[in-house]
Amino acid sequence: MKNVLPVTIVLVALFALWYGAAALMNASLQEDAFANAGDTNYTTGELVAAALEMERPKLPAPHQIAAELYKLVIETPPTSKRGLVYHAAITLEETVIGFVFGAAFGIGLAVLIQSTRILERSMMPWIVASQTVPIIALAPMIVVILNQFDITGLAPKAVIAAYLSFFPVTVGMVKGFRSPDPLQIDLMRTYSATQGQTFAKLRAPASAPYFFASMQIGAAAALVGAVVAEVTKSEDGGLGARLLAGSYYGQTVQIWAALFAATALSAALVGLIALAGRIVLRRMAFSR
Amino acid sequence: MNARAADLAPPLLFGLVVLAAWEVGVKLLGVPAIILPAPSAILLRLVSSTPTLAADFLQTIRGVLAGYAIGSGAGLAVAILIDRSPFLQRGLLPLGNFVSALPIVGVAPIMVMWFGFDWQSKAAVVVVMTFFPMLVNATVGLAGAGPMERDLMMTYAADYSQTLRMLRLPAAAPFIFNALKINTTLAMIGAIVAEFFGTPTVGMGFRISTEVGHLSIDMVWATIVVAALTGSAFYALVNLIERRVTFWHASYRTRGN
Repeated sequence: MKNVLPVTIVLVALFALWYGAAALMNASLQEDAFANAGDTNYTTGELVAAALEMERPKLPAPHQIAAELYKLVIETPPTSKRGLVYHAAITLEETVIGFVFGAAFGIGLAVLIQSTRILERSMMPWIVASQTVPIIALAPMIVVILNQFDITGLAPKAVIAAYLSFFPVTVGMVKGFRSPDPLQIDLMRTYSATQGQTFAKLRAPASAPYFFASMQIGAAAALVGAVVAEVTKSEDGGLGARLLAGSYYGQTVQIWAALFAATALSAALVGLIALAGRIVLRRMAFSR
Repeated sequence: MNARAADLAPPLLFGLVVLAAWEVGVKLLGVPAIILPAPSAILLRLVSSTPTLAADFLQTIRGVLAGYAIGSGAGLAVAILIDRSPFLQRGLLPLGNFVSALPIVGVAPIMVMWFGFDWQSKAAVVVVMTFFPMLVNATVGLAGAGPMERDLMMTYAADYSQTLRMLRLPAAAPFIFNALKINTTLAMIGAIVAEFFGTPTVGMGFRISTEVGHLSIDMVWATIVVAALTGSAFYALVNLIERRVTFWHASYRTRGN
């Protein structure tokens, strides 16, 4: 709670900056608009006021985005293709399906890697190296390839979301399975616990903090994957399709509104996982 | 030296096995080249299209490097600035976390609109992507120097800038390098994805999106190979510098002796 005041003040400062920047960046556009209309007799105040109300500004003012969001979220019925709720639901569906498969695959791979020494030594460097590869670059290609197999609609986008989310999960979980203290592992050995028992009773519970951390990263990555896939294959809708349409037609307010919706969606997903993590970790008596 | 060779052998072998299985699998199953080209076909394409690939590389790397330098530099500078004010930290960091939830691909069309089609708009996207990881990491790192060391600096009558230079920046170095390493990947991704939204007719992201349209998937793979090599080399370079600068850190000290 002690963060409320600083955050509020920083936010207010940010909005002030934003309005200033919007007025500055749109002023020249608005001057042209006035000149085209033959209006040369305007005051600076009028110019600024008009610059903050433009239909296609370079930088929309916050209240314009808020108005657009209100119009698209509250006033438009959720089932309408013109509303943001409809598109956000599409993106959310792809993200969640992709994320569930991606996370499950990532955890499975991590279990496999941690249980087989030779696999770890031969695969881990590649998995780490693959982090430096711009995986997103593959997204358009995967969509086209899946198209060849008549896999269309939601599936290709969920595949990309899964693909982007499994790497962070694998890396995080391998780290988590290896996180118990050597002393504790030795203790398990003195109990003559099998590998499976050590895993079930020590490694898996010990990896819980890593589990929630990598789930958060994975969920955010899945959403990015879904949005990028929608940009590539925009005819089915989704927030990414809204972004692309907005950038085609220069509808800046629409782009910003879609961007806000996507950010809120991502923050909500990550926040939900973080909350679940905090509750579970407290019950498991992790010291944080 | 021998130990390093033993470290390298399994991953190299694994890589070779995967490549061989890929080549043989594609040939045996007769997978059409528009779905998955064989490694040999990709290699052939790499050699035959070198000039195009080089031009794409030069175009994209400009945006990557400029954005990386500006974004990481600004993140570090802001971290040092707000370091003196816990109030600003508490205000800015939650916002930073919110912004890092922003699917950065969404910023690309806006930057293209503001800065035009050329590499400047890609650099701008990269700046936005790399700024916050550096801000968050450097802020944590700057708070990392222990109270004992700080007291020691105080007994030396060191002033703020001396403490910063001799104690706190070095103590923050592992965190700063962590952000620099994360940012290498983010910079590559940002520049390539930004090119999906409009470029002059050159650049790795442009190449990928157009060649996918022409169904010449081997060219797409060739571009991805270049991107992967660039990303790995960039990462390795930062890693090497980190080892040189933070040789005293626990994670490097244990090996070698």
